[in-house]
Amino acid sequence: MPDPQSSAAQRLGNAARLFLTWLIAAAKWAGRMLRRLGIALMVFGRALYDPEFGLAFNRGFSRGSEALARQAQPPAAAPSATPIPAPLQEPVRPLLPAATLDKAPPDSALLLLGLFQKEARLVDFLQQDVGDYSDQQVGAAARVVHQGLRRVLDDHLTIAPVRTEPEGGRVTLPAGFDPAEVRITGQLVGEPPFRGTLIHAGWRATDLRLPKVVSGRDLSILAAAEVEL
Amino acid sequence: MSESRYFIGIDLGTTHCALAFIDSQEGDGDDIVDATLPIPQLSAPGEVSDRPLLPSFLYLPHPEEFRPVDLTLPWPSDPSRITGELARAQGSTTPIRLVSSAKSWLCHPDLDRRAAFLPEGAPDEVTKISPFAASVQYLSHLREAWNVQNPQDLLEAQEVTVTVPASFDPAARELTAEAARAIGIANLVLLEEPQAALYSWVNDSHGDWRTQARVGDIILVVDVGGGTTDLSLIAVTEEEGALELTRIAVGDHILLGGDNMDLTLAHLVRAKLKGDGVELDRWQFQALTYGCRQAKETLLGDPDLNSVPIVVPSRGSRLIGGSIRTDLTQEEVTRTLVEGFFPEVAADARPVFRARSALTQVSLPYAQDPAVTRHLAAFLARQAGATEDLNGFTQPSPGASFLHPTAILFNGGVFKPVVLQDRVMGIINAWLAAEQAPPARCLDARDLDLAVARGAAFYAHARRHGGVRIRGGTSHAYYVGIEAAAPAIPGLDPELHALCVVHLGMEEGSAPVSPPQEFGLVVGELVRFRFFSSNVRRDDQVGELLTDWPADELTELDEIQTELPAEGRKRGEIVPVRLEAQVTEVGTLELTAIPIAGGSERWRVAFNTRGTGAG
Repeated sequence: MPDPQSSAAQRLGNAARLFLTWLIAAAKWAGRMLRRLGIALMVFGRALYDPEFGLAFNRGFSRGSEALARQAQPPAAAPSATPIPAPLQEPVRPLLPAATLDKAPPDSALLLLGLFQKEARLVDFLQQDVGDYSDQQVGAAARVVHQGLRRVLDDHLTIAPVRTEPEGGRVTLPAGFDPAEVRITGQLVGEPPFRGTLIHAGWRATDLRLPKVVSGRDLSILAAAEVEL
Repeated sequence: MSESRYFIGIDLGTTHCALAFIDSQEGDGDDIVDATLPIPQLSAPGEVSDRPLLPSFLYLPHPEEFRPVDLTLPWPSDPSRITGELARAQGSTTPIRLVSSAKSWLCHPDLDRRAAFLPEGAPDEVTKISPFAASVQYLSHLREAWNVQNPQDLLEAQEVTVTVPASFDPAARELTAEAARAIGIANLVLLEEPQAALYSWVNDSHGDWRTQARVGDIILVVDVGGGTTDLSLIAVTEEEGALELTRIAVGDHILLGGDNMDLTLAHLVRAKLKGDGVELDRWQFQALTYGCRQAKETLLGDPDLNSVPIVVPSRGSRLIGGSIRTDLTQEEVTRTLVEGFFPEVAADARPVFRARSALTQVSLPYAQDPAVTRHLAAFLARQAGATEDLNGFTQPSPGASFLHPTAILFNGGVFKPVVLQDRVMGIINAWLAAEQAPPARCLDARDLDLAVARGAAFYAHARRHGGVRIRGGTSHAYYVGIEAAAPAIPGLDPELHALCVVHLGMEEGSAPVSPPQEFGLVVGELVRFRFFSSNVRRDDQVGELLTDWPADELTELDEIQTELPAEGRKRGEIVPVRLEAQVTEVGTLELTAIPIAGGSERWRVAFNTRGTGAG
């Protein structure tokens, strides 16, 4: 038999915990709501003046809503990042349209790897166990790899730093800077313009000139076997 | 014919080809924009890459060696011939199927240059090709590369300049022109490579050359390419207030270039490795040569560097532990390359010749003396009197033992390390100082690899739109050998006289000249003449008969020949003719036999490019 007094205290404690949980959830919800409001306004605004974005959003959204529908039917199959507190029905959150990931043609990756092998013996280098050799031997091989990779970069790519300022110097990022170009880290608060130290100047491939490949060429052969007659 | 849109310059080099062009719809006056064509070529089986240069290599693959589809190009192509980068790479492991230096074979006097004998020494089952056919192959690759990128303006319909070494003889020039015509080029001119380099310098200066060059200047062009050394002297004169350029002399054909230098270093390093008990196979030696070239450029670029490591990669997949590491030192580069190829010599130094052994296999006549500076000294001394007939030039001072250049233009990849340019400048200036002459200036060459193609495009443009032209005409005077009529003496060859048929400096497109002497041609028989050239006898006029000359002033070339068809004549009948010579607009020499009796008949007197041995 439960002790009535203790059970009353327990009930009170339970209620308090429940309230606290609710409070936290409500605060989280309010926070999410506010952020989503921002997103909604941004999306609304951009869709209004940028017809391409509107169409893209539309395409993304229809895919997004299908995903939502799937999520709703078998709840167990859809793992959710944040556990939803029982007493509250989490409102359906508008999501960012699903990324349209450009399909990276596996061919070009194989082609580049083939070039790295041909010019720099990269696959040979990586397939060996470095531990079995002296630093001198590894160093000698590393020269082949370095010179060859350098040649591939020179021949097939044009590479320039993203930022031209010296590393270690102060830089200012104005409002509207491209987060794909500059990754901001550290005391990330407030509004742009941001001032900070340039840790890494970044690299940008300004031109890519890969060899053209005849159709039917088997690029999975990174290096042909060689037989001397 | 409608005017072509593009002016195209083709550098048909011993080790690399390049194509530059000028669009007549762009640029104006002194601001003429030229560009080089990216040349698609196989860089690996099944891979086509764009490159600014087309390596002048031809590989004749075994039918089982590649899948035919892997040899396709952006245009219909013959899978039995690979040109460019892949050809060179394959040839490093299978040299029996590689054709290289076809251009040097093209001016080989002892061989039939239309006979299929390349690759030299290849087994019988390899279908060989001729030096001429190889040249056609490189040109047609360039044509296709252009046409696929400019389908509206086909190469055949453009105005094209093809460059030749200044030292090419009339027969080699004729073969080059014929190769260009074989791929359909109708509007063709030939241009000497050192002149092309100077045109490129003129164009790069955007008009400023007129302030950099002065009347009385003698510009020495030193062009050391991958396989050949080509020298020319160009004088700056004045005509009606405008500066003019006149090419006054060209050097001999010297088979000596950057490849010799890289090879020398590779042999040195190989000997060093051998001392340590490491033997290299052919493939590794190629890799070593490549490594030496890079290490050489690094060392020459930074005199403070003591040595640069070179690693010859293992041939198998075991890269770590299987590679051979060695190094090339600053001292080795200085000793073998700088001292070996550019020794500090006096102005009276001459190249060393050693007698070739009698049983020598027919091969390329590589220069026997590797010292570029000795060849230079000999050239300048030989041309000491080259400015004598030129307006505005003072006679060289009585003590001058060689022609004093006042400016030097370098060309060719060898001179990429500036120290080598400085070295040659220093040596020539020491020669000048010894004869109390002011030092020569170094003209600023901007593009050592592509200047010839770019200058050739500029020349095609200047021919149509006006602009600076280098005059000069033929670089040699030409002579026909005539046996003197004398009673035969057993054991003694009849005395040989030389009849001048073309004077030195005869201009392209000028009126034909004809010596008054008569020749008797036998109908239906091949008649041959011995043929000679001289690049120093400036005063000989057409019709002059030399009975005696210093041995080094006349060089015997391939003989020339003609055959009178028997139609309408009796076989064996003798027809008296005169010889007529003309330098065509294209830049080739044309010899014709004209009957004295009159009539419209003309018989072509052809260069015998079939070699002396073959007959």
